[in-house]
Amino acid sequence: MPDVSSPAIAPRPQRRPWLLGVWTAIALGFLYLPIGVVVLMSVNQSRILSLPFTGFTLDWYGLALADAPLRAALGNSLKVAAIATLFATGLGLLAAFAIYRYQFWGKTAFRLALNLPILLPGVVTGVAMLAYFSSLELGLGLGTVILGHGVFGLPVALGPILTRLGQFPTALEEAAYDLGARPVQVFRDVLFPYIRSAVVAGALLAFTLSFDEVVVTIFLTGRDNTLPMEIWGRLRTNITPEIAAVATVILTVSSILVVASQRNSAPPSA
Amino acid sequence: MQTQSLVYLDRVSKLYRSGGAEIYAVRDVTLAVQAGEFFSLLGSSGSGKTTTLRLIGGFEQPEYGEVYLNGEVVTTQPPYCRPVHTVFQSYALFPHLSVAENIAYPLAIARTPREEIDAQVRDALKMFQIPELGDRRPHQLSGGQQQRVALARALISRPKVLLLDEPLSALDAKIRDEVRQELKAVQRQTNLTFIYVTHDQDEALALSDRIAVMDQGQVQQLGTPRDIYDAPASLFVAQFIGKANFLRGTIVDVAGDRATVLVNGLALQARLSSPAPALNTEVTLMVRPERLRLSSAADTQSSTHFLENQVSATLTQSTYIGAVQELRLTTAVGDLLTTQLGQAPIHASSSFTLSWQAEDCLVLPVD
Repeated sequence: MPDVSSPAIAPRPQRRPWLLGVWTAIALGFLYLPIGVVVLMSVNQSRILSLPFTGFTLDWYGLALADAPLRAALGNSLKVAAIATLFATGLGLLAAFAIYRYQFWGKTAFRLALNLPILLPGVVTGVAMLAYFSSLELGLGLGTVILGHGVFGLPVALGPILTRLGQFPTALEEAAYDLGARPVQVFRDVLFPYIRSAVVAGALLAFTLSFDEVVVTIFLTGRDNTLPMEIWGRLRTNITPEIAAVATVILTVSSILVVASQRNSAPPSA
Repeated sequence: MQTQSLVYLDRVSKLYRSGGAEIYAVRDVTLAVQAGEFFSLLGSSGSGKTTTLRLIGGFEQPEYGEVYLNGEVVTTQPPYCRPVHTVFQSYALFPHLSVAENIAYPLAIARTPREEIDAQVRDALKMFQIPELGDRRPHQLSGGQQQRVALARALISRPKVLLLDEPLSALDAKIRDEVRQELKAVQRQTNLTFIYVTHDQDEALALSDRIAVMDQGQVQQLGTPRDIYDAPASLFVAQFIGKANFLRGTIVDVAGDRATVLVNGLALQARLSSPAPALNTEVTLMVRPERLRLSSAADTQSSTHFLENQVSATLTQSTYIGAVQELRLTTAVGDLLTTQLGQAPIHASSSFTLSWQAEDCLVLPVD
C-alpha cells in the first residue's frame, strides 16, 4: 500500500543543463555567423563589401534588381535548375521503381553507379563530361550544363523516393488491384500519392543543388553564365554589397525550399 | 460437376523455390465452395491457408491446377478482373483518402455516376454504423472502425465472393468477439460467399458452415464444424481442434461401426469413422474432455452406469477456470482430462468413476 501521507518526491536535480545550451550556441554561431554578416552587409550603406555598419539601406537590392547581366544570369540559373530537376526527378523515379520492384542481375552495381556522381569529386565529373562532350562535338552552353546538373541531381532525387518506396505497404497496392484498379490506376491512385511528398522533396533538393552549383558548371558552361558563376566572376573585379544582396535573396529562397522539402519528407500516416 | 460451384480449386499447387529446393506452399488442393457459404481455411502459420486465399484472389498463380470462379477458369486472370474482393489482415485502407473515399474507391474505378456513389457510400456507412466517420482519415479510426471500413469497401461493389485474411487478428480480444458477431450478421444479411482464413479454431468453429483444416499445404479435413470436432479424420486434426484425450490401444473386435479396443488390458468400446483397421493393429482412441462423465465411485444410482465405458479414477489435479473446472485424473487406461460444470469444489482424496459413450470415443490411426 502506498503511504498517502508521505511528502511529494522532489525531482532529481539536473546537472548544469546550461552547459549544453552554451556549447550549442557556440557551434551554431560558428556555422551561421558568416551568413549573418553577409545579410548585414547587404543592408549596409558602405560602398565596399565590409563592416562596420554605417547605416541601413535597401539600395543594393534595387541595384541588383536593375542589373541586366545579373538578371540574365538568374534567368539562366532558374532555367537550368528547372530542366535539370525535371530530368533528374523523372529518371530518379524510374530508377527507384526498377530497384524497388525488380530483382535483376547487377542490381547492387546499378545502385552504386547511380550514386557515383555525388560520391565523385565535382572536378572529376566536370572534366570527364567536358572530355566526353567535346569528343561528341557537342557545343558547350546551357544545354551541357543542364545535362551535367541532371546527372548529379539524379542520385539526390533518387534517395528520398527509394526510401519512401521501401516503406510502401504492399497490401495497399494489392487492395487497389483487388478492388478493380488496373496497373496505371494503382500507380495514379495509391502508389504515387504515397510517394508524392518524397518525389517533391527529392526534386527540391535537386533544384537547390543545381541552383548554386559551380564546380561542374565551370567545365560545362559556354558564354551564358549561371548566377553563381556571375557572382564568382564579379568577386574578383568589383566587390560591391550588391553581391551580398543577391546572396541574401538566394539564401532566403534556398531556406524556404529546404524547409519545404523537409516538411514533405514524412510519410503519410497509415 | 464441381466446376458449377462458385469457387472451385482443381488440384492446385503453388511452389516456392528457395535455394535449389522446391517447397510446396499449397500442394494438390481440391476444394469447392458453394454460393452463400461461410467457408473457413483453418491452419497454423505456414499451413498454406493464406496462399490458398491469394490463389483465389489472383495475387498468386499456381504452378499446377486450375482455379474456377462461377464455372470459368480464372487461373491466370489478374485480381482486377475477378469478381472477388479481399479484406486484408492490415485492412490496407488508403491513408491519403477519407473513409468515404476509401469506401467509394471500387465504384469510382468502375466509373459509377457521382450521385449513385454518394448514395451507396451513405448507405454503407449507415449499415456499418459509422455514419459520422465519412470525413475522417483512416489513421484517426480505432482498429474496430478500420475493420468496418475495410469490410464496407470490399462489399460496396457487391463481389461474388469475399475473401477475409485473418480480419480479426489485429483487434483486442474484447472487440474481436463483437466484430465476429457482426461479421456473421453481415454474411447472413448479404447472403454472400465468405472465404475466411484463420488460425483461431474458436473463430472457425463459431462462424463457418464448413471448414477446411490445412497443414503443410494440404487440406487435412473438410467438413462442418461438427464433423471436424466430433469426427476428426486424423490425429493431426484431433490435436489441432479443441482439447482431447488420446489413448493407445490394440483393436481386437469390429462390429459395424463399433470396435473393441484393448487399452492396458481394459476393453473399451469405440466408434469407427473410417474403414476399420485390421484386427490386432495399434490404434489411437480420442475422447473429448467434456464427453467424460464423472461420478462418485459410491454412487450407484447415477445415470452414467448406462454408458459403455467405465473406469475408476483418482483425481490428481483440479483447475478452476471460471465457467468450468478442469480435472486431471489417473486411471487404469492412462491420465485423462475432463471438464465439469458446477461450482462445488471437487476434492482430490475421493475416488471416482469416469464413464463415456462408445459414440464419443473415436478410433483414429496411430499417427
